[in-house]
Amino acid sequence: MSESHTHPAHLAHHFSDVEQQRESAKFGMWVFLLTEVLLFGGLFMAYAIYRAWNPDMFYNAHKALNIYMGTANTFVLIASSVTMALSIRSMQLDKRKQTIGFLIATLALACIFLVIKYFEYSHKFHVGQLPGKYYSYTGIKGTNPHIFFGIYFGMTGLHGLHVLAGMSAIVWVLIKTVKKKFSAEYYTPVEMVGLYWHLVDLIWIFLFPLLYLIG
Amino acid sequence: MKAKASDHSAHILPLRIYLGVGFALFILTGITVMISFVDLGGWNVTVALAVASIKAALVVLFFMHLLYDNKIYLTIFLTAIGFLAILIIFTMFDTMERGRLYPEKAKPIKPGAAIYEREDSLSSRSVDTTKTDH
Repeated sequence: MSESHTHPAHLAHHFSDVEQQRESAKFGMWVFLLTEVLLFGGLFMAYAIYRAWNPDMFYNAHKALNIYMGTANTFVLIASSVTMALSIRSMQLDKRKQTIGFLIATLALACIFLVIKYFEYSHKFHVGQLPGKYYSYTGIKGTNPHIFFGIYFGMTGLHGLHVLAGMSAIVWVLIKTVKKKFSAEYYTPVEMVGLYWHLVDLIWIFLFPLLYLIG
Repeated sequence: MKAKASDHSAHILPLRIYLGVGFALFILTGITVMISFVDLGGWNVTVALAVASIKAALVVLFFMHLLYDNKIYLTIFLTAIGFLAILIIFTMFDTMERGRLYPEKAKPIKPGAAIYEREDSLSSRSVDTTKTDH
């Protein structure tokens, strides 16, 4: 600690300065987000193939989704992205209490998203609009409508898990913010969690029209 | 360290940018929902994806700061999009054009299935391949 006047406490010894540490963290985060894009990319690929082979079935099956709940969830997730971005901005301005408020707002919006998703899922479980052999619904014309619901549950399910992971990460930075671990000089973890949360929003921006708004 | 602190403050965006982008995303969501009720034939999916791409660009450029940050991060992101495009475009060449080059003789394993019986498809394909080989 003899060098504490030249090395801030948050600067790890293997970085030459704060800026290099921050840029390294951001570089690593973006490479991770690249793998996330490719992870969901495989599912978008599956969607494209099955929709190309079954255009009419996809059109008929997508009508079973509730467009109002899907639209509401899109608005909720966009609002949560705004509050997440504002929480980082508040930290940059050293307004810690504002940051805490915006992080809690982001968590609340994420909870609303999952509650709406829960209502959608429970309805589909109830009527048997389920993947593969669990499909027992009879109201959709066209061959193999269970494929649509396999893709629906696969994509929204993985996205839902990302929402949960993002919420856990937000709780983590919220606790550290409350414990005064961050300041206008050091808020990298909040920024990284923000990037992750925006990616979750980004994926939903494509999932929503592809699943709920076919034709 | 004082110089570093002022570097940081240069990255702070005004509040109106975040609120403006959020508002634009709300409007675009409304537009894409309304357009989905209009029958544009095959153009519906194109319009929906175009609007989604504009929304994605807004999120990435402003909320994720790619417009202002070191362009190495934008490069990483565009690399991901580029490889995803290669995956989807080249796979769709096969998916959409399958059966055009070689007539499909095999039968689906059951009516409407995407999987075909193995023996028939194998024999017909090997015969056709020898014909087109130069």
